[in-house]
Amino acid sequence: MQAFLQLIFDALALGSLYALGALGIALIFGVMRLVNFAHGDYMAFCVFALLWPSIDAGAIVFLGNLPFYVLIPLVLAIGALLSVLSEILIFRRFRNANPATMMIASFALGFVIRHFLLMLYSSRPKSISLWSELSLPVEILGARIPLLQVITIIVTIAILLALTAFLKRTRFGLEMRAAAENFTMARMLGVQANRVILLAFAISGMLAAAIGLILATFSGTADIQMGANIMLIAFIATVIGGLGNLTGAVAAGFMIGALSTVFQAWLPHDARVFRDAFVYGSVILVLLIRPQGLFASKSAKQRV
Amino acid sequence: MSLLAVDGITVRYGRLSALRGVSLTMAPGEILFVTGPNGAGKSTLLKAIAGVVPPVEGKITFAGKTNGADGPEVIARRGFSMVPEGRNVFASLSIEENLRVGAGMRTDKAEAARDLESVYEEFPMLAERRHMAAGMLSGGQQQMLVIGRALMAAPELMAIDEPSLGLAPKIIDQVYEILLRLREKRSLTLLIVEQSSTRAEMTGGRMILLRGGEVVLEGDARVLAKDESMRQAYFGFGDH
Repeated sequence: MQAFLQLIFDALALGSLYALGALGIALIFGVMRLVNFAHGDYMAFCVFALLWPSIDAGAIVFLGNLPFYVLIPLVLAIGALLSVLSEILIFRRFRNANPATMMIASFALGFVIRHFLLMLYSSRPKSISLWSELSLPVEILGARIPLLQVITIIVTIAILLALTAFLKRTRFGLEMRAAAENFTMARMLGVQANRVILLAFAISGMLAAAIGLILATFSGTADIQMGANIMLIAFIATVIGGLGNLTGAVAAGFMIGALSTVFQAWLPHDARVFRDAFVYGSVILVLLIRPQGLFASKSAKQRV
Repeated sequence: MSLLAVDGITVRYGRLSALRGVSLTMAPGEILFVTGPNGAGKSTLLKAIAGVVPPVEGKITFAGKTNGADGPEVIARRGFSMVPEGRNVFASLSIEENLRVGAGMRTDKAEAARDLESVYEEFPMLAERRHMAAGMLSGGQQQMLVIGRALMAAPELMAIDEPSLGLAPKIIDQVYEILLRLREKRSLTLLIVEQSSTRAEMTGGRMILLRGGEVVLEGDARVLAKDESMRQAYFGFGDH
């Protein structure tokens, strides 16, 4: 029972990260058919913003020393700013280009960000201790769960609820949903394209920053590649969820998290190193059966 | 003073020109039908006016302002409301949300709230289903919804691309009845694209005939419909 409970928390915590990542990618895809592969690099950028630029192994903490109620909004703002800037400086110019061109542009941007970090911080992972007291376990129904896992899950649920409220209850949210479904039609009804897209980028950037913070707290290191794995799985989650479908992306994120955890726990010991191969294999299986994704939305069709 | 003036516009998709030197004007309160065979450039004409596909030559003036490179959201704010081909409801949004998107750019919130009620009065079946996803509606109901949504923007000019496409004749009658009533009530200017001239003949008003991206005939719909040259112009050859 306790092992099972532990498994559930593992699955939810991992799924939370994937879900937040998938949400950030799906939001942008919804409004401009762009799969932003720089998203994972936003995560790393936000984490490195906590450190002074230096190529030494020992990290000199910069923003990381601030109290959490200043630090968290600040890092979220950095994520939003980076994301918004990449829209204004780069993606805006590709607005009418085909999706493949935009995707390549996002790869290029990812490289630029990664190498910018490389230049300032070198490629060696740096240790960073954010809120180390959070790694202490708490007891829930007899199982010992790391406090950080509990917080990750709670934060994710809070973010999902807040975003749902924003999308359902506010005018901007309404415009964003309309634009995600049919961008040209929304514009013909007076919805301001630039504003909706900027807003989507800002939210997406904040999600990347949140993931970066959680990752850095979990691992205690800042690594230039830290966002890459999550970005890949999050992208897969958006495809499985049905591209452009936000709820689907979140659900698929949690599903992959659960699958990953279950494989880790239940695969024979020798096969565990191949866990990711099993996860990706299941993904292929799902897509063979439902190529349009599990929760395909009507807006996934190409726009004219 | 005309509300809309299209002055010699040419629109190209790549090397293919969809419109060549098309001109037309519309006075406030007028009803104008644009007819023509498939591929004549009718939908392109509406998209050009809406600012979705900018013309490479010529200019479009609407409500006293030249469209230039203005995007659809800017032109919509000047009072141009478009009901494009294929209806384009926001399928995952509820009916009421669809209508609220239509009113999103308005600043007169109280007035917009009254308009919402009057749209519901006009289309009682929308009121009954206001919290239902728009994608669940039938074709005819979706057509009503997009007309209602276009009305929520309180437009000066409403352009409708093939309102009768894929609808049963009885529903088409209903759609036109509503359009004409709205035109009376709100002094709407209507620009309607239809493939055939039958509706233009029934409704009356001015009509232009597009073929191969050019205006080939223009005049009173009822007079033109009786004219033998109309049929020849439509198909581009004489009677067999």
